[in-house]
Amino acid sequence: MAAMLKYEKKDLKIVGTRPPRPDGVDKVTGRARFGADYNLPGQLIGKVLRSPHAHARIKSIDASAALTLAGVKAVVTRDDFAEMPDEMAAVGELMINFRDVTRNMMAREKVLYDGHPLAAVAAVSESVARAALALIEVEYEILPHVIDVVEAMRPGAPLLNENQYTAGVKPKPDHPSNVAKRLEFGCGDVAAGFKQADVIIAREFNTKPVHQGYIEPQACLASYSADGQAELWTSTQGHFVFRAQCAKVLQMDVSKIRVTPTEIGGGFGGKNNIYNEALAIALSRKSNHPVKMVMTREEVFRGTGPTPGANVKVKIGCTKDGKITAAEAELNFQAGAFPGSPVNQASMCAFTRYDLANVRVVGNDVVVNRPKVAAYRAPGAPIAVFGVESVIDEMAKKLGIDPIEFRLKNAAKEGTQTYYGPKLGSIGYIQTLEAARAHPHYSAPLGPNQGRGVATGFWFNIGNETTCSLNLQEDGTLTLNLGTVDVAGGSRAAMAMMVAEELGIEFERVRPFVGDTSTLGFNFLTAGSRSTFASGMACVIAARQVIEILRQRVAKIREVPLEAVAWKDGRAQPVDASVAQFAPMSLPEIARMAGKTGGTVAGHAEINAQGAGPGFGTHIVDVEVDRQTGSVKILRYTVVQDVGKAIHPAYVEGQLQGGAVQGIGWALNEEYVYGDDGVLQNPGFLDYRIPVASDLPRIDTVIVEVPNPNHPYGVRGCGEVPIISPMAAIANAIENAIGVRLLQQPFSPPRVLKAITDAAAATR
Amino acid sequence: MARIVLSGTLAPYTDGVLELQLDVANVRQLFQALGERYPELRDHLEAGIAVAIDNEIYQDALLQPIGRDSEVILISKIAGG
Repeated sequence: MAAMLKYEKKDLKIVGTRPPRPDGVDKVTGRARFGADYNLPGQLIGKVLRSPHAHARIKSIDASAALTLAGVKAVVTRDDFAEMPDEMAAVGELMINFRDVTRNMMAREKVLYDGHPLAAVAAVSESVARAALALIEVEYEILPHVIDVVEAMRPGAPLLNENQYTAGVKPKPDHPSNVAKRLEFGCGDVAAGFKQADVIIAREFNTKPVHQGYIEPQACLASYSADGQAELWTSTQGHFVFRAQCAKVLQMDVSKIRVTPTEIGGGFGGKNNIYNEALAIALSRKSNHPVKMVMTREEVFRGTGPTPGANVKVKIGCTKDGKITAAEAELNFQAGAFPGSPVNQASMCAFTRYDLANVRVVGNDVVVNRPKVAAYRAPGAPIAVFGVESVIDEMAKKLGIDPIEFRLKNAAKEGTQTYYGPKLGSIGYIQTLEAARAHPHYSAPLGPNQGRGVATGFWFNIGNETTCSLNLQEDGTLTLNLGTVDVAGGSRAAMAMMVAEELGIEFERVRPFVGDTSTLGFNFLTAGSRSTFASGMACVIAARQVIEILRQRVAKIREVPLEAVAWKDGRAQPVDASVAQFAPMSLPEIARMAGKTGGTVAGHAEINAQGAGPGFGTHIVDVEVDRQTGSVKILRYTVVQDVGKAIHPAYVEGQLQGGAVQGIGWALNEEYVYGDDGVLQNPGFLDYRIPVASDLPRIDTVIVEVPNPNHPYGVRGCGEVPIISPMAAIANAIENAIGVRLLQQPFSPPRVLKAITDAAAATR
Repeated sequence: MARIVLSGTLAPYTDGVLELQLDVANVRQLFQALGERYPELRDHLEAGIAVAIDNEIYQDALLQPIGRDSEVILISKIAGG
């Protein structure tokens, strides 16, 4: 394993520029192949039978009639998958409870949500597959269901899992509970801290689940061969993780499954886990045909993970001069049908932007009759931060302190002790606050019914397992095989830029691509803002290996000592004329001779990248509220974020803008609506409204660069932080505009209008 | 000996002990020692725990050295979207 590389300040020629992305032409001309674009001769179409009930015991499943339908080639149900023990099992570096994975993929004893898969059919066409689904007879025993997190926590609530006892509580509870786990973080003496406070504000917030809203539904194609090998093409954020999960649930050798990641039409955390992939391989195995499965949008909403809804209580105490003395939060997160909400990370993110002596955060991971939640950019953090930054804003207003000034008075900085453990290293939070305060947006005039809000966010960022290989081709160009999926953020460009910078050559001479699972060792998901940090580190290591081999080769060819050979500006040349004199050799010259002077030249890296630098951001938003309709219009939006180093600034700006837009949708419109029967009422983009271009102003960005000392170019990562602040910033802006604080997301017209009406009634 | 600090989330598995001294040279030895001392903690260690060694966070780094005078804080593993 290569040693981690540290930051070195140097003059840059390519890093920090804006070349066109290598995948750009294919995407704008329609040549790029996404999940649904893959086909094989003789392929079947797979479809899934889904539960119409929120909670029911499965008494029987009879697929015999479906199997007699002409054109139906295979059916799989719970009986086709092995029972998995209730324990954590390793998948690469992830530990996953496969009891839950198998049950989420295909219901066993019970269906636990509207949309829960019960059977899958492979047939010669989609229409035949759908007809077959209608012939599968399922006998249910309908059970009471629970959708709301607070109701699910109450004694006597319908239980999803009668064998689940709350973990993290001593002594072990006597009764099973929907609360899967209780967490507690803290430092100092919170009670004493509140005693020191002159002002205490406590508020309760509620949020609804929202979907990642990727444009491309899950799509895959599987082909199982007679010799027990499987190939899978799928839209994924982590083909190695998908391979590992499929191997486990299908009880196959990892090496016998080859997964190729297709171009991906968005993921945002929603494509971190398998849904149809193992079903498609199982159907292919059973039918001896390739099987293609493409979800409809309705299936995406009913069957794949949203981010959780939550109930959040926040209490903050402060002195008159604006120093926070104590902070407390309770985060009750919906996990969906199986444990595993991001309440843990949300708990750690809630207050980390502030330097606080007395903190207590309690988190509860609660199962409810909804789809199991999945990650969504900075999982959980936007929910916790909505509550905390709303109270921070209210506190600043009550004390008569400018909101940014209030945050600066309490801001975390290098050396600040976090309440979850370590001290913070080099960070750029204060720099983002100062840049926001200095931005013309912050002092621009506002009109009637217009308001301005500010909120800030923090995310850890991560590294983890990463591999790549860099091959010098015979003409002096290079191919760069990456193991981290480019989730459309432009990471292929960023990686190629770092390699080109190291080698001193033009960006266009490095051709990056994402290899399938048979070409590299295990790579973790593209998630947690890790790709440019970790994969970038791997690429730099591989490039430096190539340079070292090139120096050695030239030393032999020119018959000079290795120490006499320097690599500069894309060629080998004398370190100094006094040491040795020889004719410089360019990369193409060396490449042409490589085969006859020892073989081709390649570099590679297999690392578990450590030292990710935390990211911080500050958002400013202006809104206008229509008091007659409750409609909120975003007038102006500015994102300020410390990214460490923007390798390709345009793609960093795209990340900041995209995060803000998704956060705006989360704040203003998006929510899962369930009926009393526990059935999802709005599984489509007509009734679940994500923002469109005409809803939005231009999202301005300010990139702050405080280098991460643990990356050769100072990269921190940037994809998670920008979605954390919008909900809180917009709530604060609405309050600033109309004097009414919104405690429940989304801030949709009916809810804003009701808040205005209620506030008016309260003052009468 | 290194100073080992556990987050409050782990208290139910260590009889409330949140700080101790251990003579361990790397993360693997740390997890082994903690697992032997607190069997209920064992399942949580490799599954969900990262460590901050002298305030630098490491995930899945069993061979990462721990200095004799290091402070090691056990925190939850981080993933992301």
